Amino acid sequence: MTKPAYAAPPRPSTSPLRRLQSALYRHRTSQVAILLTPPFGWFGIVYLGSLVVLFISAFWYLDPLTSAIVHEPTLKNFAQILTDPVYRVVAIRTIAIAGIVTALDILLALPIAYFMARIAGGRTRAVLYAAVLLPLWASYLVRVYAWRVILSQGGFIDWLFSLVGLRGVSLGYSDLSMIIVFTYLWLPYMILPVYAGFERIPTSLLEASSDLGAKSATTVRRVVLPLALPAIAAGSIFTFSLTLGDYITPSLISNTQFIGNVVYESQGVAGNVPFAAAFALVPVLVMAIYLLVMRKLGAFEAI
Amino acid sequence: MTGLATGPRSASSAAESTVPAVRLSGVVRRFGDVTAVDGLDLDVRDGEFFSMLGPSGSGKTTTLRMIAGFELPDAGRVDLHGHDVTHVPPYDRDVNTVFQDYALFPHMSVGENVAYGLLVRKVPKDERRQRVADALRMVRLEAFEARKPSQLSGGQRQRVALARALVNRPAVLLLDEPLGALDLKLRQEMQIELKAIQQEVGITFVYVTHDQEEALTMSDRLAVFNRGRIEQLGTPADIYERPATPFVAGFVGTSNLIKGEVAQTIVGSEGTFTVRPEKIRIADPAEAVGADEIAALGRIAEVVYLGPDTRYIVRLDAGTDLVVTQQNLATSSMEALAAQGRAVRLVWKRQHTLALG
Repeated sequence: MTKPAYAAPPRPSTSPLRRLQSALYRHRTSQVAILLTPPFGWFGIVYLGSLVVLFISAFWYLDPLTSAIVHEPTLKNFAQILTDPVYRVVAIRTIAIAGIVTALDILLALPIAYFMARIAGGRTRAVLYAAVLLPLWASYLVRVYAWRVILSQGGFIDWLFSLVGLRGVSLGYSDLSMIIVFTYLWLPYMILPVYAGFERIPTSLLEASSDLGAKSATTVRRVVLPLALPAIAAGSIFTFSLTLGDYITPSLISNTQFIGNVVYESQGVAGNVPFAAAFALVPVLVMAIYLLVMRKLGAFEAI
Repeated sequence: MTGLATGPRSASSAAESTVPAVRLSGVVRRFGDVTAVDGLDLDVRDGEFFSMLGPSGSGKTTTLRMIAGFELPDAGRVDLHGHDVTHVPPYDRDVNTVFQDYALFPHMSVGENVAYGLLVRKVPKDERRQRVADALRMVRLEAFEARKPSQLSGGQRQRVALARALVNRPAVLLLDEPLGALDLKLRQEMQIELKAIQQEVGITFVYVTHDQEEALTMSDRLAVFNRGRIEQLGTPADIYERPATPFVAGFVGTSNLIKGEVAQTIVGSEGTFTVRPEKIRIADPAEAVGADEIAALGRIAEVVYLGPDTRYIVRLDAGTDLVVTQQNLATSSMEALAAQGRAVRLVWKRQHTLALG
C-alpha cells in the first residue's frame, strides 16, 4: 500500500502540565472541588460562621454588676425584647417602615422598569439605565445628607410650600421623611431585577393574551405580573432587608430608632453584646418569615 | 399581484357571492427603510384552508400579523367578514392565532391556558369548563389538563396552542409556521391532523409556512409571497403545474429553468421555460424521440441517491443543467450511482414545458 495522503494525527503531549490536565478531566469532582474550595471556604467560615457566632452569643448575658459577659445559655435577652414595650415598638416600627418602603418601591419600579424593558428604544433605555444606576455611584452618606437638607426647615420642600404661603414646613425628623429617603435609596435595587424580569417575558405571550381577548390591564394582571413576580420578590428582598438593617438614615433623618440603632447602642454604648446579638436576630427571623411567605405565594415557582 | 393571481378567483366567480373571510386591499407595511408588505391585495374565502408560502422576509408573517392586529398597516385596509378592522386592536378582532413558539403561558396549566380566552371574555364557568374539555378532547390532550406547558413535548404544546385558539370559535384562525419546531415525522402527522380539524370545525385557516410541501399538502388555495408581494395565487395544482413566474417555479418544487439561447436550441423558441424534474425521462442517446416530445443531449454530472428516488443533475450540451428525479422502481443504489458520467438523452412531453411570464 502507498503512503496515506493525510498527515498522522499529532500524538498527545506528555508534559507534566498536560498530564495534570487530563487527570483533572478524568476526575471531574476533584476539578470542581479545587475550583470551589476557596469561595465556599470564605462563605462558610467568614459569612455563615459570623452568623453562627451571632446566634450563639444571643444566648449569653451581661452581668449587671461587673458588666462582664457571662457565657451561659439563657433566654433573658429574648424575654427582655418581648416584654419591654420600648423594644417591641422599635421592632414593629422598623418592620412596618421596611414594608411600606418595599411597597412604594414596587409601585415606582413597575412602570419605570416596564417602560425600560418593553417600550423605550435602545438609546432611551441606555440613558434610563445610567440614570437608575447613577445614584449608586455617589456616597450613601452624601445622598442622605442631601435629603436632610431637602426635607428640613429652610430646605427645598419648605421653600416649595412657602410659595403657596405655608411657612415653616418641615418633613425632617419624621417617619414620613424616613420613608421618602429609604424609598429613594433602594429604588435601583428594585428597578434592576424587575427590569430583567420584564425583559425575559417573550413578546409573543403579551400578543397571545391580547389575541385571546384581553385588554392591556387584564394582560398586565394575568400575564405580566405573575411572570414578573419572581423578579419583584427578588427586588423586595433587597429593599426590605436593606431597610430592616439600616441605622444611619434613621439617625440622620429622624429622631426615632430602628432595630439597627438599638443594636448599635447596646454594643457600643452599653457594651451589651449579647443583647445586641439577640435583637439583631429579629431582622434575620423577619426575613426568613418573609421568604417563606413569598415562596408560599409562588414567587419562586416560575423561575 | 401578477395577472395569474386573479385567474382562479374569476374562474369560480359563482362562489364569489359570499363575503370573504379576510380581505386585504392595498396593504402596505414598512419597517424603517424596508417595505415588508408592498401594496397587497388578497381575499381569503370563508371556510377555506389558505396558505401563505414564501421565503423568510417575503412579508407573509407580517401580513398574518396585520390580520391579527399585532401590526397596523401604513396604508390600505383590512376587512374581516366585511367589517373594516384596519385600526381595531387584536382583542376586539374575531380571529385567534397559533404562534410559531406556541406562546403558552408558562405559569398556567394546560386547562388554564385553554380557558384563558373564555375567562377574559367572561364566559360563564360551566360553559367554560365544557368548552375547554371539548377543545382538549379534539386535540387528544384531555388527560393533560392539569399539566404545566413545561411538562409537555413539542407536539403536545403545539396542540395546546391549537386548542387555546380554537376554543374561542374564531371566524378566522391564523397559524404562523406552527409546525416549524417539530421533527419531520411529527410534522407530517400534524399536517394531516390539522387538515382534519379544519374540516371538522369549518373555520377559515390562514396558514403561514416556508415549506412548499406543507403548503401543497394542506391548502385549498395558496399565495406565493416574494418581496412583500404575491407572485401567484391559486390551488396547489395551479401553482405546481402552472407556475406563473420563475420565482414560483423555483420556490415550489425544483427549478429547471431553460432560457435564452438554450431555449431556442431545445424548445425552439425564445423565452423562459421550466420543466419539473419528475416529468423528465433519461433515455439512451440513440433512442428515437416522438413528435410530441422534446429531447436534449447531455451527460450525467452528479447522482444523488435519495432512497425511493434518485436525483440526477444532467449537464446539457446546449449549456445548462437540468435536475431529473427518477423513482427507483427497478434501480438499485449501485446502478444509480454507476450512471455518473454517462452520456444520455433527456426526453419529456412537450406539454410539460411551461412558459414562464
